[in-house]
Amino acid sequence: MDRRRVHEFEAFVAGASSRLLHAATLLTAEPPAANPLAQRLLTGALARTYAHWDRLRGEDPYNRTRQELALRFARSAWRYHRVRGGVLDRLSPQERLILVLRLYEGVEEEQTAAIIGLPADRVRAICSRAVSTMRSARRAPGRPLLRTAS
Amino acid sequence: MNGPERKEDEVRRMMDAAHPVVPAGLGPRAAEQGARLLRRHRAVRRAWIGLLVVLVIACAVWATVTEPWAVPPSDTTPPLDW
Repeated sequence: MDRRRVHEFEAFVAGASSRLLHAATLLTAEPPAANPLAQRLLTGALARTYAHWDRLRGEDPYNRTRQELALRFARSAWRYHRVRGGVLDRLSPQERLILVLRLYEGVEEEQTAAIIGLPADRVRAICSRAVSTMRSARRAPGRPLLRTAS
Repeated sequence: MNGPERKEDEVRRMMDAAHPVVPAGLGPRAAEQGARLLRRHRAVRRAWIGLLVVLVIACAVWATVTEPWAVPPSDTTPPLDW
């Protein structure tokens, strides 16, 4: 039982960890080459998936880990306000979480809303605000941010 | 492709730029941490079951000793009125 779980988990990690670590690194807004917070976040989420492996009952372990990652990040969002040099570091932790779930992971709006605990129209508004922040930041790198209201 | 979708695609490309390398120890570390979590969950469950068994036994012993369902002998005589 234990050996089977270890093997299945290893195979899952081999296939999914690259994408999950990228998502985690986007969330913590660390540069890809130095992402200890993202690694810790992902290790914690994966550990939980391992502990629940025998009770997944057909649920996709990738979805479960992604959800756990999002919840862990949301719980400790106050830690991730500092600018660390990642792609999304001009956004607030909440904007990053929504952008990563919606655009990078392609999670449906309703499901994203359920994970974060916000109404779906708030999620849509925050997402489009974050998109315009990112685009204006790209057009004017280095200059103070022009926050566009949604 | 309409406006908002094009904008979202642009941001998607920005996010897809540089991918981090997964350190070799991440998977085994997660498995080890997960195994520890699993052991702890099991220990907690065993402790709850043990506590429940002890409570049931204690209740049974108390009931057989005190027999709370037995009617206590009354120490007042019924009134005699005729």
